[in-house]
Amino acid sequence: MNSLQSKGFAPVVSHLKKDGREWTVKEKIMLGLSPKEYWAVQLRNPFNWVLWAIYAVGLPILVGRFIFGLGWVTHSSYDYPWGLFLGWGLFTMVPLSASGFMMGTTVELFGRKDFKPIERLGLLNGLLGYLFAVMFLQVDLGQPWRLIYPMFVSLGPAAVLFLVAWHVATYLSCQVAELVPAFAEWMGFPKAKQAIKKIVLGLTIAGIILSTLHQGALGALFTYAPGKVHPLWYSSSFQWFQFFVSAVFAGLSMLIVVSTLTKWFMRWRCDENYLNNLSKLTLGLAKGASLALITYLVIKIIGVAHDNDWQYLASGWGAWFMFEMVVGVILPLIFYTMAVRNSNASLARFSAFLAVFGLALNRLNTALITFNWQLYQEIPHWRELVIVVTVYATYIVVYRAVLARMPILYTWKENK
Amino acid sequence: MKMFNRRSFLKGGLAGGAAIAAVGTSKQAEAAGSFGGYPDSMGVLVDLTKCVGCRTCEAACNKEQGLPAPDKSFDDPSVFEEKREGGLPRRTTEKAYTVVQKYDVPGREHPLFRKVQCNHCNEPACLTSCFVNAYKKTPEGAVMYDPTVCVGCRTCMVACPFYIPAYSYSSAINPVVKKCIMCYDTRLKFGKPPACVEACPQEVMTFGKRKDLLKLAHQRISEKPDAYVDHVYGETEVGGTAWMYLSDVPFDKIGYDTHLGDQPIISYVKEFLAVVPMVLTIWPALFTGFHLLSNRKDALKNEENKS
Repeated sequence: MNSLQSKGFAPVVSHLKKDGREWTVKEKIMLGLSPKEYWAVQLRNPFNWVLWAIYAVGLPILVGRFIFGLGWVTHSSYDYPWGLFLGWGLFTMVPLSASGFMMGTTVELFGRKDFKPIERLGLLNGLLGYLFAVMFLQVDLGQPWRLIYPMFVSLGPAAVLFLVAWHVATYLSCQVAELVPAFAEWMGFPKAKQAIKKIVLGLTIAGIILSTLHQGALGALFTYAPGKVHPLWYSSSFQWFQFFVSAVFAGLSMLIVVSTLTKWFMRWRCDENYLNNLSKLTLGLAKGASLALITYLVIKIIGVAHDNDWQYLASGWGAWFMFEMVVGVILPLIFYTMAVRNSNASLARFSAFLAVFGLALNRLNTALITFNWQLYQEIPHWRELVIVVTVYATYIVVYRAVLARMPILYTWKENK
Repeated sequence: MKMFNRRSFLKGGLAGGAAIAAVGTSKQAEAAGSFGGYPDSMGVLVDLTKCVGCRTCEAACNKEQGLPAPDKSFDDPSVFEEKREGGLPRRTTEKAYTVVQKYDVPGREHPLFRKVQCNHCNEPACLTSCFVNAYKKTPEGAVMYDPTVCVGCRTCMVACPFYIPAYSYSSAINPVVKKCIMCYDTRLKFGKPPACVEACPQEVMTFGKRKDLLKLAHQRISEKPDAYVDHVYGETEVGGTAWMYLSDVPFDKIGYDTHLGDQPIISYVKEFLAVVPMVLTIWPALFTGFHLLSNRKDALKNEENKS
């Protein structure tokens, strides 16, 4: 599409075509191209070839999971009830999607209107991340058709997962509402946009409450397993706080990562307002992320001190812990700080990739790698990995499809 | 009945949100307490010194619970040599609610056999971690599981400190948790001992009220201090369990986790649970305040423009 643009292609930015007629919905979905052109573009894109290869292998296995059961795609471990589906799909995807509430707070609550060009990308990153966390959950649950049981059929409100279930469900609706304006502009429903505008502060505050609690609750889930998670990754008192604070820098870093990818691969869809502000906004996000990182680093150290886990630092697990802290926390912290001081957006972008890696490593360490550290190491079944890649590929497909159409990376031009 | 108070408080705090949480704060001291177990609940005392590893209990359990036929017959001693991942001994599975493990203890004349099944905790981790209330602790002491509401999140398996619940992963349509229910619906409810206890030819297990069993256990230790380690495993572990064990070999040498502590698992989660109603009540005012503060310049400007 980038090359198409250099040949004079202009993407849809308003309801009206150049000749003054209105775009039909079908034409908007086709990105303003003729069907023939549209499919030609899809076929030419090498990234799509990769996706087709993933689906060719992954879809049959995904279908097989629902026909033959979890036992066919996992090692059916009783000792490791949770595998990659939750370790990656829930515990990693959800903090990486904290950008939604972060950007809502920055723009709507703190009134930092200068972050507006990137606000919707943050909201979308949040919505899709949560949506696909639920997809991963649906793959993992033994009886996914009972997903609504904790809401309406049999309630166990004293359980941490009950809170996660309710909060993720309400927060998803919250995020859908926050993105209604983008959809309304694209479809031409001005009233829907107005309605949301009136309640946006309420939605934002609801988003903060729900995010604080469910990001924390994901950590608190592991407090049920005091002897199973390695002491360096476990803190009865601070686990929820560590998960919440790391979600803050993870959400911001993921937003930098995604914005960088759009800048590289979807430039045709970005408008001047977005591209010209991006470096400045990246540094703004970097500043926020570095504050969260230093906070996180300190509470991690407090966590070790509070439980007196120092002796574990000298073990092999301790070295692994130090690796996570240095590569995933301290280095991003240093690079972010340098980037902000020297106004170096490229360094901030590099740092963001590192911080996202660090977050993923932390969640996988807690949920899988150091889990049952006194028993043995569980290596996930290859089919489990294939399904994770397939579902994540779908996340990317949907993400790209929305970005290509709705006014996320560009500002919609209203007709006069 | 203390437990119901705590649970209903948490229900209020979590589900009802701000209003109920504000009313409920006066109950908090009680809410933070632990459930010590039902006063007349039943239990089983297992004297490991007596077990010869005949696996009659396994066969009785299989029959009573209508479990599928085992891969190897119940009189085949080769199962004791089987290792699961990590070189660990056999454990409970979806086909076996109880298994006997063999430990070769240096210096001991015979190998030590250890029967493993659900310990039926006083305040079970599986129960407190379940978000659909599928678990129930009956006044008789059994920890029951309701497969008709289970969603299959398997948090109970993560939470169980004894690695007991198994899951029927092989089923695509109706996978459920599989674990010992102390023969509640066929025996315990009617005051009868579980099938495994009754079947044991060596009288390894004694069925009775938990408080009586505790006395019996300590009596045995004091009568024969050389024959037993001075500890009743399950008396205090994770808040106490209905199944308790006597051994002549230190428990950490025969696969028991001796670092579980005396607190029920839920006590490690309570610090977070207490935060929940506070965030729900404090955050709205706090962040609305932040909003007003950060937009005060705009607000002032508007005022000036009006005047």
